Amino acid sequence: MTVARFWRKIPHRYNLIGTRCTTCGEHYFPPRQMCPTCRREGKIEDHKFRGNGEVVTYTVIHTAAKGYEMQAPYNLAIIKLDEGPSLTGQVICRQDEMEIGMRVRSVFRKLGEESNKGMIYYGTKFIPE
Amino acid sequence: MRDVAIIGIGCTNFGELWDRSFRDLFVEAGLSAIEDSGIQGEEIDSMYVGNMSGGRFVEQEHIGSLIVDYAGLASNLHIPATRVEAACASGGLALRQAILSVASGYDNVVVAAGAEKMTDVGMDTATDALAAAADREWEGIMGATFPGLYAMIARLHMHTYGTTSEQLAAASVKNHHNGTMNPIAQFKNEISIDMVLNSNMVANPLHMFDCSPISDGASAVVVVAADIARKYTDIPVYVKASAQASGSISLHDRADITTLDASVVAGQRAYKMAGMTPDDIDMVEVHDCFTIAEICAIEDLGFFRKGDGGRATEAGETAIGGRIPVNTSGGLKACGHPVGATGIKQAVEITQQLRGTAGKRQVDGAEVGMTHNVGGSGGTAVVHIFSRNR
Ligand SMILES: CC(C)(COP(=O)(O)OP(=O)(O)OC[C@H]1O[C@@H](n2cnc3c(N)ncnc32)[C@H](O)[C@@H]1OP(=O)(O)O)[C@@H](O)C(=O)NCCC(=O)NCCS
Ligand SMILES: [Zn+2]
Repeated sequence: MTVARFWRKIPHRYNLIGTRCTTCGEHYFPPRQMCPTCRREGKIEDHKFRGNGEVVTYTVIHTAAKGYEMQAPYNLAIIKLDEGPSLTGQVICRQDEMEIGMRVRSVFRKLGEESNKGMIYYGTKFIPE
Repeated sequence: MRDVAIIGIGCTNFGELWDRSFRDLFVEAGLSAIEDSGIQGEEIDSMYVGNMSGGRFVEQEHIGSLIVDYAGLASNLHIPATRVEAACASGGLALRQAILSVASGYDNVVVAAGAEKMTDVGMDTATDALAAAADREWEGIMGATFPGLYAMIARLHMHTYGTTSEQLAAASVKNHHNGTMNPIAQFKNEISIDMVLNSNMVANPLHMFDCSPISDGASAVVVVAADIARKYTDIPVYVKASAQASGSISLHDRADITTLDASVVAGQRAYKMAGMTPDDIDMVEVHDCFTIAEICAIEDLGFFRKGDGGRATEAGETAIGGRIPVNTSGGLKACGHPVGATGIKQAVEITQQLRGTAGKRQVDGAEVGMTHNVGGSGGTAVVHIFSRNR
């Protein structure tokens, strides 16, 4: 991913800033600029999420994604934030601690790196609450 | 809308074909489909080609042009060719575009092809190219892989419905068994439940033998207006429905993680168009990119109640001779999954079944068959229903 492409989303990745549709009250993370319920009637504004939520489902990845080889095996989960929306993120804990329904909170961590470009990505991961 | 029929099919072997290039593959598949149909090159009105990632796998874009040129149909006949992309559903979508162009009356004879050459790059590049079918910015960058996304579906299915690793493995064992009877299959060996459970863990709870492989291959079909089909063949296979539906590109945005709602809706649209129900289908090729994907598919398409797919598979209800044979070709798991080619290969298999030429895999009395092709974790689903009867 190019520097600009990653940089553009830094506020969202670092601080869990998503959006909220003030017309229907729905929260969106990852951020959306178009509310699927209200579409053109929707009015979207930024919303900072608290970062607390619950594991909906999870996996332990052994065959890693490119740039994540050093971290394998790593826990990946779908997390439902308390405000409503769900996102995909890594959970830092022992594999056998992972459980559907477990409470987690967000922390700021290194995500991965591109060895050929020397780029390191930072962003949000989760730890048990 | 006009009725449409398949009159010709062709497929290369699927597998790690190190001695064959991308263009060798689609030329072979296209030629055999054209020969099988008995049409002349001059009769072809247009071509649609499913290809997910020529750019990543063989550093080649402009796939439509390359294919029509090397099929010998560009310099003299200037036949239009269009590439269609919807990740692993590219083939099914190319077929749908071909059907629509004939049904609309715009074209009479159209070739739908699919091709992918995945083994020219290393495993890490292949995995990364496939991950592009998910949301790069909000799944990929978090470390998600394709097996990882389906593993999360599997984990929740197990948690909610009591599905077991053995039940998932049963889909793989059944598909490998079917693959032993398919001459083009990548894997023609029987496997056991224990072999699946003891194979390397890729993304818990999915083992290597729960995953479709990295493959090379190409496939093609010729579709024509039903009114002229009998000019070319005694057994046209009629298209009774062509349906497509979209869902969220990210798994985390799905209302229910264990349901591919795009599959549900594409299925419903297809049944409605054909005036049929799941009971009318004699066999189905579903998108089993992972064992859990087959379990979800047979539920989402209405063959089994949500949550019963694993138990039904373990009980043999989806085997040839069972209540509803699933993936007689060996599926993506054993036949192989050259992503762009898969959706077309599914139609090739159903055509063989309906013609009664599927050899040892033949389903007795096959009259109506279905194909189900999924892009990504469920962002796109394409469902077709075919019949011997118009
Ligand atoms: C499962 C997967 C990670 C295995 O890759 P790998 O660990 O690099 O495996 P290798 O290529 O080293 O293969 C090792 C051996 O296992 C075999 N093999 C590889 N994948 C296999 C599979 N899925 N099923 C059965 N055998 C397989 C190979 O043929 C090879 O056999 P050999 O030693 O006799 O030559 C890889 O096949 C994969 O990523 N599959 C998923 C593809 C995908 O996501 N498709 C898109 C879905 S929508
Ligand atoms: Zn709204």
